[in-house]
Amino acid sequence: MEPRPRSFYALTAFFILFVVFLYGPTITIGILSFQGPQGGLTFPMNGVSTYWFHNLFQQQAVGDIWGAFRRSFALGLMVMIATVVISVMAGLAFRKRFTGSGALFYLTIASLVIPSILVSLGVGLIFNQIGAKVHWATSGFGAQLTWTLPFGLLIMFAVFNRFDKRFEEAARDQGATPWQTIRHVVLPIIAPSVVGVALFGFSLSYDEFARTLLTAGSHNTLPLEIFGMTTNVTKPVIFALGTLTTVFSFAIILAFLATLWVLGKRRARRAG
Amino acid sequence: MKKSDTLKGWALASPLLLVLLAFLLLPIAMIVVVSFWQATEFAIVPAFSFENYQFLFSSPVTYKVFWATLRYALITWALTLLIGFTVAYYLAFHIRSNAAQTALFLVCTIPFLTSNIIRMISWIPFLGRNGIANQTLIGMGVIEQPLEWLLYSDFSVILAFVHLYTLFMIVPIFNTMMRIDRALIEAARDNGASGWQILTNVIIPLSKPGIMIGTIFVLTLVMGDFITVRFMSGSQSANVGRLISNDIALLQYPSASATSVVLLVTVLLIIGALMRFVNIRKEL
Repeated sequence: MEPRPRSFYALTAFFILFVVFLYGPTITIGILSFQGPQGGLTFPMNGVSTYWFHNLFQQQAVGDIWGAFRRSFALGLMVMIATVVISVMAGLAFRKRFTGSGALFYLTIASLVIPSILVSLGVGLIFNQIGAKVHWATSGFGAQLTWTLPFGLLIMFAVFNRFDKRFEEAARDQGATPWQTIRHVVLPIIAPSVVGVALFGFSLSYDEFARTLLTAGSHNTLPLEIFGMTTNVTKPVIFALGTLTTVFSFAIILAFLATLWVLGKRRARRAG
Repeated sequence: MKKSDTLKGWALASPLLLVLLAFLLLPIAMIVVVSFWQATEFAIVPAFSFENYQFLFSSPVTYKVFWATLRYALITWALTLLIGFTVAYYLAFHIRSNAAQTALFLVCTIPFLTSNIIRMISWIPFLGRNGIANQTLIGMGVIEQPLEWLLYSDFSVILAFVHLYTLFMIVPIFNTMMRIDRALIEAARDNGASGWQILTNVIIPLSKPGIMIGTIFVLTLVMGDFITVRFMSGSQSANVGRLISNDIALLQYPSASATSVVLLVTVLLIIGALMRFVNIRKEL
């Protein structure tokens, strides 16, 4: 191997600083959530305890955190499934140009760049005018899809741009029906990316705030609940909540990465 | 183009179309309609009045707030571009093993999948009056009094934006860089180009599509934001998003809608101009 240029070391230092910048604050509140009962919002640590986590589990003034978590989890799963199904279908559609496909593509991009609060406001207004009640599972669900679907579709585009069509042709030549080709050839090949779309769908929904703000109705999702708490950050209890939900997010990401890893292993075994 | 292709295409894409119609196009149309309505204390009343727009454009606050929003967007853009490009360049051209590249790329992208609000809150112990930054600086003897402008200021707003959105630069730029034919760089080197010349004459021009996509992301995210500015400025700074959300809180939907329409037109004009420089579909 050729020796590293000097710039490599400078860039490595820069990268390390960036990672510290990225994760430092999160790790800090992770540590601070173990403050003693008298501890404040910053260092020094006033003893070490799990007081604030217990505080979170007790009946409390801040609101219905566990209910909010359950709703966010359910909504995340709903959005995940819808995002996967709709993105894969649309991804398959976009492989061939069809009349109007360009317009639909730009509409999807628009969904990504239109400020979230506008979606929230617009959906809220429509539900108001038709006399329907906004609810996280209806208006909230739809509003979140306008954020997760563009990401899902962009991932599918990236996949199909690199897709070797000869696999499909081979299947067709062997007499496979279009559905058999998709079910037994296309879907297994794109499976890892579909897992990626699912991860995006769940996580983006689970953390979504702006699009749910005016569309969730009287029952808050977790990010809305957390936002309600931020108007009055005086105790480390919010750090404990932040730590728990971040740990949960990381667990979800790890679960998906593990799934990808298993898929990869299985595929390697089959190929070998 | 065969007719059956079009039919099949729309059949497969119809769920996407339905969702976007119901939850994007219709709501935006509704906002446009309501922006001409009027509001009483208790309800909004259908009308066709330019009052909301007249009020919006006659108020000096509007121009100030739009300018503040644009300023946040430009400063954040410059910083995220600088940091994002450097990180992407490092990952794409200085990390040699594929496994390390994937791992470090994941390290950069994982925070995107955690809560933005929590990531904002997590700056409090660092930036507060008695926070880590002030404690450290006082301990080192750099300052005597704690700095007041670290938290709840424009500084902390920009810091949070950079913290939240640099990723949106890294991913598309990295993606474009990975597609650059390494033979071009070899050729440049064989012809005696220095590392710096290769960067400015080969890599930067070829990374432009990624830079454009990152720019679109960062500009639209910052311009449409209302929560970061509200939280990180301690409600002391304003941007267009906050203007809208304040009106919403006061149930002044027509006025909120008019501001929304102006914001939407501004964002779409900027994006439209940027899209002329890049073909997104080809870059994925």
